[in-house]
Amino acid sequence: MTLLVLDRVTVARGRRILVEGLSIALEPGDAALVTGPNGVGKSSLIRLCAGLLPPAVGTVEAAPCALADARLALDDELPLERALRFWSGKARTHESMAALRLDHLAAVPVRLLSTGQRQRANLARVVASDAPLWLLDEPANGLDADSTALLGELVAAHRAGGGAVVIATHIPVTLPNAVEVRL
Amino acid sequence: MIGALILRELRRAWTGGGLITPVVFFLLVAVLFPFAVGPDGALLSRVGGGVIWAAALLAALLPVERLVTPDLDSGILDQLTVRRVSVPMVMLAKTAAHWLGFAPALMAAALIAAGLLDLSAVTLARVEAGLAIGTVGLAALAVATGALTAGLRGAGALAGLLMLPLAVPLLIFGAGAVQQGTGALKLLGAVSLLYLAGAPYVAAAAIGAARD
Repeated sequence: MTLLVLDRVTVARGRRILVEGLSIALEPGDAALVTGPNGVGKSSLIRLCAGLLPPAVGTVEAAPCALADARLALDDELPLERALRFWSGKARTHESMAALRLDHLAAVPVRLLSTGQRQRANLARVVASDAPLWLLDEPANGLDADSTALLGELVAAHRAGGGAVVIATHIPVTLPNAVEVRL
Repeated sequence: MIGALILRELRRAWTGGGLITPVVFFLLVAVLFPFAVGPDGALLSRVGGGVIWAAALLAALLPVERLVTPDLDSGILDQLTVRRVSVPMVMLAKTAAHWLGFAPALMAAALIAAGLLDLSAVTLARVEAGLAIGTVGLAALAVATGALTAGLRGAGALAGLLMLPLAVPLLIFGAGAVQQGTGALKLLGAVSLLYLAGAPYVAAAAIGAARD
């Protein structure tokens, strides 16, 4: 089963064409690495895959996906665990928090988390979603070396389990056997 | 997901002070009238029903800004869409939650306002019945207006200009029911249902435009 198919897709924001005639197909275990300088349309491409932005030309077919972008989508005033529980069941929330080493922060309100901790919470929401397709926009932003390595392990495990991932980043990331999309 | 969303909206409304402010504002407007027209009991009880309705409309403007904008900014609406929850459904859930919070609070405050305005028991019963029905339409309008003005500067003032003219039918039939009873209540119900049916789609279209 193909998890993501972009067929000759053109992405436009306003009157500007950002991506033209792009085709990608991701099977279980595949990964795509979207690279390029700031403002070139990486985030727009991710939003297109998530179904949040319609393509100007072409078609997009995507399996159920999980999105991590610059916005956390967790209630600031709630403790981290309760905020994550809005998006997933109890067991999966705990597992994903453990996977991202967030256990000790369960009772801390989201607004008090540091940049790196917020980014890990963002990734925990993706892990807990159990969606086969992960769409990660600058997932390494704000992460320290250990957490970046952890991100690599989680992505590898997700691919080994039959998932696919699209990562957009301006920082060089090691992603073995990935399709590279240079914008 | 929809149940969780309604509970979340209710929690945020009560804990964030989003309901206390409109209720206090409603009472303040109701208090201003006796000061303005003087302590004439007969006059106050005659215009009291209408005063409560006008105050309710003004109070319904206050929560508009917190209904949609924060969720659009924090990415929660995007995440719900990614999980294939349809935007009109989200807006309907927001309307339901807003009504569940706003209507009881306003109806309780109307009891106090009725005392200040020297309303009779019959008038009060009609006002409360009208508020129970009319706040459904007000909640739907508030959510649609919140979505239309989401992300704009000066959203609060613009929300008033957008929402109050559309709320005029609710005011006419709501205040009309105070004098005429059930006939006006039925028309009030019809207007409320119309807004309830249309507002989620208007709001969803506005969200779609805001995302572009």
